[in-house]
Amino acid sequence: MSGPSSMRTPLERVRGLGSAHTGTSDFWRQRLTAVAMTLLIIPVIVVVIMLIGRNHAGAAQILGSIPIAIILLLFIVASVWHMKIGMQVVIEDYIHNEKLKIASVMANNFFCVAVALASIYAILKLSSGV
Amino acid sequence: MVEFALPKNSKISGGKTWPKPAGATETREFRVYRWNPDDGKNPSVDTYYVDTHDCGPMVLDGLIWIKNHIDPTLTFRRSCREGVCGSCAMNIDGQNTLACTKSMHDVGAGGAVKVNPLPHQPVVKDLVPDLTNFYAQYASIEPWLKTTTPTPQKEWRQSHEDREKLDGLYECILCACCSTSCPSYWWNSERFLGPAALLQATRWVTDSRDEATGERLDNLEDPFRLYRCHTIMNCAKACPKGLNPSEAIAELKFKMVERQI
Repeated sequence: MSGPSSMRTPLERVRGLGSAHTGTSDFWRQRLTAVAMTLLIIPVIVVVIMLIGRNHAGAAQILGSIPIAIILLLFIVASVWHMKIGMQVVIEDYIHNEKLKIASVMANNFFCVAVALASIYAILKLSSGV
Repeated sequence: MVEFALPKNSKISGGKTWPKPAGATETREFRVYRWNPDDGKNPSVDTYYVDTHDCGPMVLDGLIWIKNHIDPTLTFRRSCREGVCGSCAMNIDGQNTLACTKSMHDVGAGGAVKVNPLPHQPVVKDLVPDLTNFYAQYASIEPWLKTTTPTPQKEWRQSHEDREKLDGLYECILCACCSTSCPSYWWNSERFLGPAALLQATRWVTDSRDEATGERLDNLEDPFRLYRCHTIMNCAKACPKGLNPSEAIAELKFKMVERQI
C-alpha cells in the first residue's frame, strides 16, 4: 500500500464503514424468483407457442383469458426482478469506481422498471382488448 | 473497473536457466517464479533441475533442495513440512496447495513443476505473498469464544452432537489457498471476507457455547462481506485439508434467511 491509506491499520481497512446489515433480502428474492420462473416457464412456453403465427386479433383473444394473462404477468414480474438483482450483482462485482457504480446501479433500476412496465402495459392492453 | 491484466511492473519477463546438477542420473525440472524487491526488475521464471535421487518426494523437498544446492537466494515460507502449519501454500501447476503435501510425481505429468506464489496477493519476495489483509480479515470475525454468562468454574460444556457440528470447520489451518483461488476475492478482497475468514466465522456461529451468534451474523450481513460468494467452489477444490468453505458459507446464508423468515 502507498499513500495516506497505508497509515491506517489493516483491521481498520477491513472493518471500513462497517456492515450494511442488508443483502439477505436480495439473496432470498433471487432464489424466490428463480423458483417462480422454474414453475412458470412451461406454461409461458405453451402460451408463446399458441401465439405463433396469430395476428393481433388472435393474440388479443388468447390473452383475453384471465389465467393466461396472469401467468404472463407473473412471469414478467419474476424475471425482471431476477434480472435486476442479477445485474446489480455483476455491477458490484466488477465496477469499483464508486460514482460509476452508483450510476450503473441507477441505470439498471431504470431499465428494469421500464422493461417491466412496458411489458405489463402491453399484456394488459392486449388482454383487455382496447 | 476490475483489472484483468497484470500491472506493467508485474509482467513476467525472461528468467535464468540454472545448469543441471553434475553427476545426477535423474532430474526433475522446476520453473519457479522469482521477484526481488531490491533490484527494480520485473518478475521472472527461473528454471532449475533437481536431483530426484538426492531429494524427498514432495514439491517442498524440491524447493529446499534448490535452496541448499543451487540458489540460496530462493525465498519461500515453510515450517512443519507435514500440512499442519499452512506456511508453504503456493500455486503449483495452476492449483493452490501446500508444497509439503503435494508430491512432485503428481504434478506436471512428468514435465516441469511450475511454482508460483499464491495468486492476486502482493508479493514480498519470490514465493512469499503479503497476507496482511487476509489475517486482518480473520481478526475481524473475532475468532474467539464470546460469552455473557459468567465463566463456569470448570469448562464450558458441549454435547457430543454439538461438537460434531464443528467437524469440517475447526480443521482449517489458514493457509489462504481457498481465498486466493476465489475470483470474487481477487476482485473485491478489500470488502469480501473470502472463504477462509467466512469458514472460520461459520465455525464460531455454529459453536453451541458461543453466546454472540446474532451479533456475529449482524457483522457478516453485508452485500460485500458475505454475499460476494457466488458458490463457484474454487475454494473447496483448492483446500489442501479437504474442507468445503462454500458449504460453510451456504450455512451462513441459510442462517441469515432463517432469522428473517
